[in-house]
Amino acid sequence: MNDVVGTYLYAVALARDAPPLEGLTGVAGGPVWAISHAGLAAYVSAVSLTEFGEEPLRESLEDLDWLGETARAHHRVVEAVAEKTPTAPVRLVTVYRDEAQVRELLEQRHDDFVEVLSRIAGHDEWGVKVFVAPSAAAPAEETAAPSSPGTAYLKRRQASLQTREEAWHQAVARAERIHDTLSAVAVASCRHRAQDPQLTGREEWMVLNGAYLVDAARAQELGRLVQELRGEGVDVELTGPWAPYSFTTPVEPLESSESEARDDVL
Amino acid sequence: MTESSPMIRQSHAPASREPANLGDILERVLDRGIVIAGDIRVNLLDIELLTIKLRLIIASVDTAREMGIDWWEHDPWLTGKNQELLEENRRLRRELAAAEGTRRALPGRVESARTRPREPQEPERVRKPRWEEQPDE
Repeated sequence: MNDVVGTYLYAVALARDAPPLEGLTGVAGGPVWAISHAGLAAYVSAVSLTEFGEEPLRESLEDLDWLGETARAHHRVVEAVAEKTPTAPVRLVTVYRDEAQVRELLEQRHDDFVEVLSRIAGHDEWGVKVFVAPSAAAPAEETAAPSSPGTAYLKRRQASLQTREEAWHQAVARAERIHDTLSAVAVASCRHRAQDPQLTGREEWMVLNGAYLVDAARAQELGRLVQELRGEGVDVELTGPWAPYSFTTPVEPLESSESEARDDVL
Repeated sequence: MTESSPMIRQSHAPASREPANLGDILERVLDRGIVIAGDIRVNLLDIELLTIKLRLIIASVDTAREMGIDWWEHDPWLTGKNQELLEENRRLRRELAAAEGTRRALPGRVESARTRPREPQEPERVRKPRWEEQPDE
């Protein structure tokens, strides 16, 4: 298996809008080009299957340095396309044997891609994270007459835990309200899993990790809203615009093909 | 109107897109976007597994429990056949914690984030994520 070449797929856009991407490089430094077929453009680069084959991937996906580098390269291509045209990003390490397979994909899934692309056209994804400082919500402990140092400790501990729990519930409720408020400006919204402080580098609780698909004309409104929602121990962080990663998912190849298969049988 | 936060831009002029942090990128490129079966088929399974591992980094077990997230307790990858992986994770975690402990004390959230003693919430199977020290390239 000496350096067999595969085709790495980054994103799909409409061919008529497809921008030329001169000098853009993708994963492993390969130049990116667009395969135009059936009115769609697939952004791809050539990758060596010695690096992007099944076996090597199994290893390298565990390597956070490799993963980080690859993820950034993938993202860079997606962003470059998304800056210029409505773009459906494809999940990391989607690799085909050759260009013909990609053409076939564009043909077979043409309607799904067109549906997704028309849904996201003119919109951007924005990320909003809400942080709550645990200390901001936890008032001082009550002073109770201790019957013994041990009991006093346990009582304090219990009170502290209750306070924390209450603070947590309040923070979660606040996050819900913020999510609702932001969702009202968006045409679609979803919530990602909250990130760990190790990843955010912040000690506060992340109580909301939301994504909002917002009409380009309402982006400033969203920005203003985010500013208004800040305060009272709550920080609201806005990131974006992102390519619509969170809003292109309902192209469902696996389940639908399964049910189709079942229909065929019936 | 003044810009009170660097995160907010006047408009979304494409040229001004900021370099995003790696955690944000990873959660999107691994978990979002269109899922299509490529010819390299095994990668989807690998990513499922990988995503799970990353989630353990992204939402550590205690944080996740506090948030009522307990998917791993029902996840076939982590319950049945991947028991070995869990065992290995625990072992590595202990080793890492020991190594970390000698290097520096964990941040204050350790006391705050938990209600009962558990093993330190170090990443699973991996060394300290590099992006923690280098948020951006």
